[in-house]
Parts: sequence; C-alpha cells; structure tokens
Amino acid sequence: MAKTNLLERNAGGLIEHDHNNDGINRRGFLKCMAWAGTGALCVIEGGVLKSHALASHMGSGMKSHNAGGLSFVQISDSHMGFNKPANPDVIATLKAAVDKINALPEAPEFILHTGDISHLSKPSEFDNVDQILKSTNKEIFFVPGEHDVLNDDGAMFRERYGKNSKGQGWYSFEKNGVYFIGLVNVMNLKAGGLGTLGGEQLEWLEDDVKHLKHSTPIVVFAHIPLWSVYPQWGWGTDDSAQALSYLKKFGSVTVLNGHIHQTMQKVEGNVTFHTAFSTAFPQPAPGQGEGPGPMKVPAEKLRSILGITDVNFVQGRHGLAVVDSSLA
Amino acid sequence: MTKTNLFLSAVALVLAVGLASVLVLHPTMAKGETAASPLEVRVDNFTFGPATLTVPVNSMVTWVNKDDLPHVIASNDGVFKSKALDTDDKFSYTFSKAGTYGYFCSIHPKMVGTIVVK
Repeated sequence: MAKTNLLERNAGGLIEHDHNNDGINRRGFLKCMAWAGTGALCVIEGGVLKSHALASHMGSGMKSHNAGGLSFVQISDSHMGFNKPANPDVIATLKAAVDKINALPEAPEFILHTGDISHLSKPSEFDNVDQILKSTNKEIFFVPGEHDVLNDDGAMFRERYGKNSKGQGWYSFEKNGVYFIGLVNVMNLKAGGLGTLGGEQLEWLEDDVKHLKHSTPIVVFAHIPLWSVYPQWGWGTDDSAQALSYLKKFGSVTVLNGHIHQTMQKVEGNVTFHTAFSTAFPQPAPGQGEGPGPMKVPAEKLRSILGITDVNFVQGRHGLAVVDSSLA
Repeated sequence: MTKTNLFLSAVALVLAVGLASVLVLHPTMAKGETAASPLEVRVDNFTFGPATLTVPVNSMVTWVNKDDLPHVIASNDGVFKSKALDTDDKFSYTFSKAGTYGYFCSIHPKMVGTIVVK
C-alpha cells in the first residue's frame, strides 16, 4: 500500500469516534466507506468505527496490544480460472494476497476463505489455489461460493474442504474463546430469490449456539452477505434474519462475507457486518452501472481495489477489529 | 378508379415495398451479431433476452451466455438444467409438450425467464 497517499488522505480528516457506546457517526461512516475502495482502513471496535492510517495501525503497538487475543485473516473470491478484463492473471493477485498475509506484523493464527475459491468448480482451479495458499503455512477454513458448487451440488467442494462439516458444508469451531460458525448460503437457490440457508442448517445453528455463554464473541462467515446489501442484484440472503435471531443473546457478533468484491460495513445492534475485497476482480458499487458483473478498471488501479481483511480480537474488549488492506 | 380501389392499391404498394425490404434486409440481420435467432435466448448482463419466448411444440431453444461470468440454466420444476455455461457456451433443450416453462439461473436466482410452448 502506498503509505504516503494514505497519510495524505488522512491528513484531510482522520475519522475517529471517541464515544464508546454503540453509536456511530453517519457522516464519518460514509466517509470511511468512500475511502475503503482506495485503501483506507476501517476499524470497528466495540461497535465504534475508526479509520486509521495503515502506518499507525500496523505499527509497533499492535503486537502487545493484542496479547492474549486472536488474530486471523479473511480472504475471498479468488475466482481461480477467471482470465478476462480487468484481471487476466488471478494467480498473480492471489500470490500478492499471500505475500501481504505473510508480511503482517501480527502473524494470523489461521485464514478464513469466504468462497468462490474457483471460477468454474474445476479440480485444476482448486489445485492452483491450494498450491498458492500453502505458502502461508496456516490452517485455512473454507465456505463455498456459488462458483465452487456449479455442477455437483458441492460434492467436490466438501470432499476437498468440508470433510468434518455437517449437511451441505456448514460447521463451527472455537479458537481462543471466540466461536466461529461457517455457513453455506449458495445451495438450493430458488427462482427469483436470494442466497438461502435453508431449514436444516437453521435448525442446526439454533441448536449449535444454545450451550454458549452470552459473553462468547461470535464470528459468522458465509459467502453471500447475510444482510441486505442490494437485493436487486441478489446481494442478500432470504432467511438471514432467522439465523441472526438465534444470535441475539450474544454481546458481540461479527459477520464476515464475500461475494460482492468490495468492502462494506454495517453495524446493527450487537452485530457488525463486513464484506471483503476479492483477490481477483472488483465489482461495481450497489446499483452503480448496468449490473453486478466484473468491473473493468485500468491495470494500474486494479490492485488498489483487491485485498485482504485482517481481524483482531482483544481479550476484554467488546468487539473485533476488522481491517481491510488493498494489494496496492 | 374508385376511392376505395385507390386506397387498396396504395395499401398493396406499401405492403409490397415493406415485404421487399424485409426480404432484402433479413439476410444482413441474420448475420448481425446482436440479432438473436427466433429460438435463441441471450444471457447478457444478468438478464435473459427475450425474458419470455413463445415457440411451437417440438422446438429446440438455445441459450447462449454472453456474460463474463458463468450461468446455469435451470427450469423451476426440474424439467431441464444445464451445466455451468462459461462465456459463449450454449445449452439447448427441445420442448416436446405444450405448456409454460419458468426457468432461472440456479447460481444467480434473481435472473428469471419463461418459455411458452404452443
């Protein structure tokens, strides 16, 4: 990331909210959203959104700051096999994302991939991604995107990435006191509808979180956004409200999604929603342009709107800090 | 010549010219890249064109994907389903029974269309 550019931008107006309740300054929020596409950092802590310069956030304070906590990375939408404008080389940009991960000052404990690993569900595409991600030396947790389950209802995906999963590929696990739930909302889609979790998965979810303490921080990850980003383009999940109703009792819920190939945040009560950059190609802002296809951008701009997401949980803090950084 | 006859002659002339122009223009239209053949549905910018296509019984309908992303053509009630269609890939299905067949893209379900078979 070009630090000088970022600092110049921040010199124009650092967004930082001092109130430590769940209030959020709408003007600041939108300003930060506008920056997201150009590589600024949006951090959500305790429901409060802050924007930091990369240099200050990634500085020496980070490591001690996070003692006893948990750091992990989200990547999304690798679309291995895609070869059209604006990105004829998705291998190179995925490798750049891996370099970015390996250079993080706080080494992440593991990686979440929120789907569309492949472009056409081909074994060679999955093989390429596996090969590239191997150099992170990290455990990787996957959920499928619709591009990963094209011709076999997800059988190959589950064979490769979901051996210990339930149903069509959903599962949960605990790390350092944080409870992670991987959901599948790209299967059995209905004509005219959005993403779907389905009755069987919802029942499992309700039962799975019953035994957890209300103070347990929850991270939910799934491919299609679990909030209504732009239903006209299919950017939402029909039965996400029911899933979220099972999570109401928890003080901190972080929802991480992909699918829309751009960063976006929303805070709603106890829930922070976040969508990640793609590592392959950008898509237009909701409703901007004719449709949700790949957005064509000049080659020199491409890496500024692809990227990774770094997430940090600090013991004793209310929420998780979600930091996007571009590949530029 | 009565007024009626004059009018009919004028109508006939217009029809003749019109028919001639259709006959002359049609071959160039058929070569044009944007003109779908009568039994073709173009998948373009996340929409089906035409959204509703009416065909006679025993017609073969062909879908062609003009998008940069793959689509999957699936009938609402499981009568037909394509494999993933990448850019410029085609899928054809022959409708042997009259009826109204709703379909959608099974990975972008907001995309819907209808084939009416008469």
